[in-house]
Amino acid sequence: MSERKVIMLGNEAIARGAYEAGVKVSASYPGTPSTEISENLVQYKDALYAEWAPNEKVATEVAIGASVAGVRAMACMKHVGLNVASDPLYTVSYMGVNGGLVLFVADDPGLYSSQNEQDTRMVARAAQVPVIEPSDSGEAKDYVKIAYEISEQFDRPVIFRTTTRLAHSQGLVELYDRIEVEDKPYVKNVQKTVMMPGNAKLRHVEIEKRNLELAEAVNTMSINRVEMRDTQIGVITSGIPYQYVREALPEASVLKLGIVNPLPRKLIEEFASKVDTLYVVEELDPVIEEQVKSWGVPVIGKEIFTVQGEYSANMLRTAILKQELDAAKPAQAPGRPPILCPGCPHRSVYYVLNKLKLHAAGDIGCYTLGAVAPLSVVDTTICMGASISSLHGMEKAKGKEYIKNWVAVIGDSTFLHTGVNSLMNMMYNKATGTVMILDNSTTGMTGHQDHAATGKTLQGDPTWAINIPELCRAIGVKNVIEVNAFDLETLERTVKEEVAKDEVSVIITKTPCVLLTKGKKPLYRVVPDKCKKCGMCMKPGCPAMTRAEDGTIRIDDTMCTGCGLCDSLCKFGAIELVKEGDR
Amino acid sequence: MAAKNIMIVGVGGQGTLLTSRILGGLAIGAGYDVKLSEVHGMAQRGGSVVTFVRYGEEVAEPIVEEGQADVLIAFERLEALRYAHFLKKDGALVVNDWRIDPMPVVIGAAQYPEGILEQLRETYSVYSVNATDEAKKLGYSRTFNLIVLGLAAQHMDFTREQWYEVIERTVPPKTVEINKQAFDVGYSL
Repeated sequence: MSERKVIMLGNEAIARGAYEAGVKVSASYPGTPSTEISENLVQYKDALYAEWAPNEKVATEVAIGASVAGVRAMACMKHVGLNVASDPLYTVSYMGVNGGLVLFVADDPGLYSSQNEQDTRMVARAAQVPVIEPSDSGEAKDYVKIAYEISEQFDRPVIFRTTTRLAHSQGLVELYDRIEVEDKPYVKNVQKTVMMPGNAKLRHVEIEKRNLELAEAVNTMSINRVEMRDTQIGVITSGIPYQYVREALPEASVLKLGIVNPLPRKLIEEFASKVDTLYVVEELDPVIEEQVKSWGVPVIGKEIFTVQGEYSANMLRTAILKQELDAAKPAQAPGRPPILCPGCPHRSVYYVLNKLKLHAAGDIGCYTLGAVAPLSVVDTTICMGASISSLHGMEKAKGKEYIKNWVAVIGDSTFLHTGVNSLMNMMYNKATGTVMILDNSTTGMTGHQDHAATGKTLQGDPTWAINIPELCRAIGVKNVIEVNAFDLETLERTVKEEVAKDEVSVIITKTPCVLLTKGKKPLYRVVPDKCKKCGMCMKPGCPAMTRAEDGTIRIDDTMCTGCGLCDSLCKFGAIELVKEGDR
Repeated sequence: MAAKNIMIVGVGGQGTLLTSRILGGLAIGAGYDVKLSEVHGMAQRGGSVVTFVRYGEEVAEPIVEEGQADVLIAFERLEALRYAHFLKKDGALVVNDWRIDPMPVVIGAAQYPEGILEQLRETYSVYSVNATDEAKKLGYSRTFNLIVLGLAAQHMDFTREQWYEVIERTVPPKTVEINKQAFDVGYSL
């Protein structure tokens, strides 16, 4: 039956697992570290349908609809995406499922690419939804099938939780054939699918019953596994931390949980009785620990482990075994924070905003990097879409003159995600602020995914492209201006004019992400004889440019993408084009 | 055998991901259990990037921790300095002798350290090559990773044929020959 063993990224393995489990519909919004699940579903498009939705709420509702219709369905998102989807989540928990329904949610301990470190298990407990958690790529694939079986057997939507380290690590998986799951018949049952008070009241009773049944069943499920070794140290753990436990404490007995909500109380109490000292090793919040303690089982957890960041085997060696690490001290080295790429159109926009001494209410995307020196334009970053609405709040707090040196900046994908609602609010509530949509024709930060305005679907088919300027006009914005991000003069003039107006303006800088253009790129160089070493070209902070001790400026020809921003800024003609490109 | 721990560090966009995938493919081809850990998303955008490759009879964690790397491959000098303490005492530090200024240096808020390689040689076994210049000599500046990888291959237990085979399987078909040439430059240093 098994075909072969291959190496797969955690996310790739989940996609394969969904294929093998007979999933028929998937909807998602990109979000690191969950994005590659959906991207990898495309290779199975003959067997299952996968789409990008404009946001996680829409995606989850699409999946719910498919489940109601009787097929196995899924939605994928990052932890903060689940917040956007929490409205349908809490209610589908009451409804239960027809076809199996699983939400794949990726947490980001260590904040590699997120605005907070929230723990999805807490949300799942609040919504009373079961949570499955794998420890490597192999389990990531195999547990998907188990998640659907639990979903259908117990009539529960299931959260399949991963973390960055699981999602973005590769490991071996064994491939199996797809099981064709017969569609469940759709039978009209409004008591189960129309969540008005009278019905929901009864469903609440029903799901409590289902949860109790599941809480009993998890005591004997094979994905909750006891590994008895030496009994001096016992550890309850799950997910990636299981691997750190195995590295640091190879002799310890381990209770490895594959399902972390609800917890297998009997199994845990029995395991606890067999070991001398019991630890709970879980990244982020003390979700397992607090429940175990509430049963009166003595266990050591966050007294010695942190609630922040990722764990490691070295951390456990230090905290549990009190070992000194056999490693040199880290050297002093200047930091290398992430930056806008050479040739990024956002740099040009931020250069202009910086020059005009404007503040920006920012949003979620590559352009968040406009917060750091030398551009230092972005003052706030909260969540998807918040740039526009928070600018509106500032105006209502302090009046229209106060925001004449502010703009909101948001990307095209983020604008369609939730920003558009905030723009509606500005128009409805008589705002006067200026919104800049930095339209780079893609969802950039997550690695270039299509969206509702790119004209292409996740599965690669051409489709209708929403016209963002027309959308803004339809909302009622009179001042909608499109400008090339690299046309410094027009951009500066436009921004000055629009922020001065007592009306809402939307400035769209429509210039594609530099990483999207595959053709030959132009190249610039500095002509030493003409260079006055004034440093004007260095102001936007292009990483392809370096300045030597003597002030000489050099353009790295392996990094320059030929955007020409430095050339536009040089008053002495000291930067010349040495190679024409395709654009 | 105990798991072999390889770590690849560089600047986002330098191709650490491709290099770790070549290494992973190589170890699988040799029949080992393999785990790789990568960095995607914001951290990738020109920032300091780390990927890990571990292989052996059985591998648990997908990361390499401080004091455990057998080979540290650095595509840039400052990144070699930043992560050198991940090496084992007898580990090999393979460095592309190349400088990319991080933003704090570009804007004058920090100094790029002088004499990094000399400093590292006091503690570690350092093998360096200016792979970026060597790659330009080949006419394909993007192949510098393979030159560095060739140099690192001298400190790993795979044959040239095994390396060739994985290069053929991993890089785009049009670039196979040039990537093999680049690998040879590093391998024969």
